[in-house]
Amino acid sequence: MAERSFAHEVKSLRLGAGEEFRGEGILAVTKALLQSGVAYVGGYQGAPVSHLMDVLSDAEDILESLGVHFEASASEATAAAMLAASINYPLRGAVTWKSTVGTNVASDALSNLASAGVRGGALIILGEDYGEGASIMQERTHAFAMKSQMWLLDPRPHLPEIVRAVEQGFELSEATHTPVMLMLRIRACHVYGRFTARDNRRPEFSLADALANPHRDYGRIILPPSTYAQEREKVEQRLPAAQRFIAERGLNEVMPGGNGDVGIVLQGGLYNNTLRALELLHRADPFGRTDLPLYLLNVTYPLVPDEWERFCRGKKAVLVIEEGQPEYIEQAASQMLHQRGVASRIVGKEVLPMAGEYTVDVLRKGLQRFLDEWCPAAAAPAAPAREVSLTPMGRLAALVPPRPSGLCTGCPERPFFAAMKLLQKETGPLHISADIGCHSFATLPPFNLGNSIMGYGLGAAAASAFGSPQGRRAVSVMGDGGFWHNGLTSGIGNSVFNKHDDVTIIVDNGYSAATGGQDIPSSRAANQHRQGNNSIVDAVRGVGIRWVKRTHTYNMRETLKILRDALHTDYRGPKVIVAEGECQLNRQRRVRPLTRKAIEAGERVVRERFGVDADTCTGDHSCIRLSGCPSLTIKANPDPLRSDPVAHVDNSCVGCGVCGEVADAAVLCPSFYRADLIYNPGAWDRLLHAVRGAIIGWLQRGSERRRLRHAL
Amino acid sequence: MAERTIKLSVAALGGQGGGVLTDWLIAIAEANGYIVQSTSVPGVAQRTGATIYYLEFFPREQATRAGREPIMALMPVAGDVDCVVASELAEAGRAVQRGLVNPERTTLIASTHRTYAIAEKSAMGDGAPHTAELLDLLRGQGQRTILFDMEAAAERHHSLISAVLLGAICGAGVLPFPRGSFEEAIRAGGLAVKTNLAAFGDALEIAQRGGESPPQPAAAAAIPERAQTPALQPLLERIRRLPPAARATALEGARRCLDYQDARYAALYLERLEAIVALDRDPEAALSEATARALALWMSFEDTLRVAQLKTRGTRLERVRSEVRADAGQLLDVTEFMKPRIEEIAGTLPAGMGRRVLASARLRAWLSRFTGGRQIHTTHVGGFVLLYLLGALRRFRRGTLRYQEEDARIRAWLARIAELAPAHYALAVEVARLQRLVKGYGETHERGWRNFSALVGELDRLAARSDGADTLARLQAAALADEEGTALRRELAALAAG
Repeated sequence: MAERSFAHEVKSLRLGAGEEFRGEGILAVTKALLQSGVAYVGGYQGAPVSHLMDVLSDAEDILESLGVHFEASASEATAAAMLAASINYPLRGAVTWKSTVGTNVASDALSNLASAGVRGGALIILGEDYGEGASIMQERTHAFAMKSQMWLLDPRPHLPEIVRAVEQGFELSEATHTPVMLMLRIRACHVYGRFTARDNRRPEFSLADALANPHRDYGRIILPPSTYAQEREKVEQRLPAAQRFIAERGLNEVMPGGNGDVGIVLQGGLYNNTLRALELLHRADPFGRTDLPLYLLNVTYPLVPDEWERFCRGKKAVLVIEEGQPEYIEQAASQMLHQRGVASRIVGKEVLPMAGEYTVDVLRKGLQRFLDEWCPAAAAPAAPAREVSLTPMGRLAALVPPRPSGLCTGCPERPFFAAMKLLQKETGPLHISADIGCHSFATLPPFNLGNSIMGYGLGAAAASAFGSPQGRRAVSVMGDGGFWHNGLTSGIGNSVFNKHDDVTIIVDNGYSAATGGQDIPSSRAANQHRQGNNSIVDAVRGVGIRWVKRTHTYNMRETLKILRDALHTDYRGPKVIVAEGECQLNRQRRVRPLTRKAIEAGERVVRERFGVDADTCTGDHSCIRLSGCPSLTIKANPDPLRSDPVAHVDNSCVGCGVCGEVADAAVLCPSFYRADLIYNPGAWDRLLHAVRGAIIGWLQRGSERRRLRHAL
Repeated sequence: MAERTIKLSVAALGGQGGGVLTDWLIAIAEANGYIVQSTSVPGVAQRTGATIYYLEFFPREQATRAGREPIMALMPVAGDVDCVVASELAEAGRAVQRGLVNPERTTLIASTHRTYAIAEKSAMGDGAPHTAELLDLLRGQGQRTILFDMEAAAERHHSLISAVLLGAICGAGVLPFPRGSFEEAIRAGGLAVKTNLAAFGDALEIAQRGGESPPQPAAAAAIPERAQTPALQPLLERIRRLPPAARATALEGARRCLDYQDARYAALYLERLEAIVALDRDPEAALSEATARALALWMSFEDTLRVAQLKTRGTRLERVRSEVRADAGQLLDVTEFMKPRIEEIAGTLPAGMGRRVLASARLRAWLSRFTGGRQIHTTHVGGFVLLYLLGALRRFRRGTLRYQEEDARIRAWLARIAELAPAHYALAVEVARLQRLVKGYGETHERGWRNFSALVGELDRLAARSDGADTLARLQAAALADEEGTALRRELAALAAG
């Protein structure tokens, strides 16, 4: 069950023709899939497309009534391979994942899908996580589109356009027998907007139809000689067909403007920010009306040479606004225009940065440079290019601390990494191969654990070179999500087969937690649509692990013992530790309403939380360096003699118990206390507390009286 | 181009309800005939990081007249934001850093409270010394700047900070929508309506007043005329004779020693202090003040007896109750986490016995059965009485091993201060301040003592330098820079190299 409930959003998936859909971009895509008569949907969760998966998970009844098969794929490779259903049958299918990480994982299947070609529309929806706030600011999806020859849509970040891109994407795919990628930048996935809905459509050809009448065509199998034919078909038939379709259906947009000398070509996804930059340069109004001709590429691959020629001919210079590197579009444009004898100068990365997100500020500066050089006659009034100078920026930089991501309050991974830190105090530094997941944050302060991250589920694989006995053992970390994604074979199976002598820790928090708490094969919660409760321990035994131990992460002493054991045991061979502890975000979401209900119903409930005695805390903050819990923070020292702030547990504490464990395992200090708050106490509780209170209170009052008598 | 888009940027931290706030603002804008767009980049920021929500508003009627939809940007632009809202002080600083706050245009609404970042929290000393400066710096940034403690406002009404943010936005008048439609949006949201409305109303009024002025630092306590008992009156008289700059601290120090041990101990404190004061020729009396502070802290070192005393005090239970927000009369159990080591147990024994224990492997082994994690229930009679009696043993403290060790250390330290004061006054002040390194329990305390000793070992070398005092201050900062002692070793090596 995902972190967020999408009951409200699911309702908007039911909207009929003429009704207004309101919501974020990625949900508009989800609705557009149903309007397009999609027969099957799969994918792997990850920002910024998790919500697509989460909403569909919560909408199983709608999907059933429409006859749509939905599944949470085991990996992006699984999802991509699922599109094979569209090779032989007129079935529309869509898959989604985070790019470019997911596209990397999927690329084997994608190559073969693109080679075989499709009969039914195949749409790959990609959350392009590039730029500020991105977790993987690397590389471009564009390269994948070109290398495998799949068409790439990059629509304007405007809900009606996004919906249109989904619907036309299927048509384009079918008209050209080619899978189509639809990329959405992170802000477009989360943009709130509106569009007028259409009715959902049942697929015209059903999955059952396909199974009843299997179709086989050797020409679609990717073995020679079919592949040779497919390769020719790609360039001789599919590419021209795509260029025709794009031109005939007007997928790209030309906004003529008035100026005849210059023009701007831009990726559709950059339209809004580019127009804002022009508005700030006084070259556009708030409605996007500008005197500069614009050629908007809602399809960034393939390019349509005729359209380029028409747009550029007669212009002195054309600016290509293309985010990321290398500058594929700019290169292609230069070649196309040169071959067609169009003399327009193509300007691109010479005025815009090669790498990094094209924010409005970046675009404004680049456009300014382009216009200054090529369009000076326009003599635009000086831009309000207000460079902030009033603030002592240098001083401010010293005053504003960076705020790196970290583990949540009460996270079960915290005690585990605290134990690892304590372990290293005994052993000295270890080589730790980290992985992708919430546990990646252990590479950041205050834990600073991990020497490399190679990819999702690849923690153990990334320690392979250190597999043979070398004295000290290498340690790798893997999450349960990454384990099921590929780590079971790429890491664990590999270490068994190659007789590694290393230690792998599988962090089992019960969910794919970093992507929003989706269920995975080992999730324990009941889920009528998925088969959970598949044991990680059984799985690693199944691939040949002989040394496997489980530990509950909140029991740090036990965890430390097992870690020591794994590092020092005489057993030669791969050792696996499954560190269990339920993701606290999910746990709280599950437990909190139940607790509230129980309290309201008058049941006896004990709620735990932790605190720090400001009197005995000396402000060294060792506890924070070992824990880093968001609820364990600092506050001004109430002692007038001391200046260092004291540790303090704020009210977000969920009482997970780590503070006590850390204080205990690390021999820290006696300042921590646990308070058990009793709701709806019984008669026995009341009696007991009354008696205790009377005795304790009597003693306390006595010493307080003596203390006050002897005061200054 | 008379139409202008209203641009609003909100910086919020994970769990503060930024998403809810955005939903409210969208509902309010649409109810008032505005086209609204919002975006955010949550990504992994949902895990303790900050998220920026960005909204643009445009009157639908003007769009209808133009026959076109406005084109809205997906991110705030430097200098082009009408209202910047930050739910935390450092995030407000970050917004200014990004150039979002235009002094000719932007209304800056920010909370004055801090949610500390990990680097600030995990520092070994004070990792966040600049909050007041940041606050001062922000005050002049916006065309209008509305600052108040939003966390406190949210606490007052048991609401999330999002309702406070909404109230502040409404009260600042940056959006052309009536108060009623703000409140309607909260009601329509259907969650915690009553508390949210109360927090909203409170914040709205504060924002209308232009925010809150920062609390003034409390004035130093005055020296009382009379002590509680005549026997203590001479102590007060002695404090009154100290240099004015040291009096408040010395009063606090004497009170600490009195509470820690007895009147004789407080007198010893003053006697030691007076010996240093006699050497202090500085009109500001920096040495006296620094010694008054450090000496009181050192003389009230946290031994087992002190911890037991503090844990069993009646006022302490009251503090726990309020900190964990127990309802009036709610039953509460408190559990302490103690982990005495042999050193702590031996330190509590009479000095001779303690030394024998530490020297004998057999006795250590026997005693080790009492070490290790102990959970003590101070709200149970057994646990309370155990600590209460332990606390009461403090009358025998002067005989304990730990006391004798610390007492010797204090005397040696005071002797160094006295020795340096006449010729190397500034260095003597820094030596007094070195006490700050020796704090905490167990290993932390040992590490602090090691660092302290290492720096004291450099004093001869430092006394020979003209910048000895500054160098010692730098070494002290280096000792607090990291747990592993990397920075300190580097500084010491540099010093040795000349």
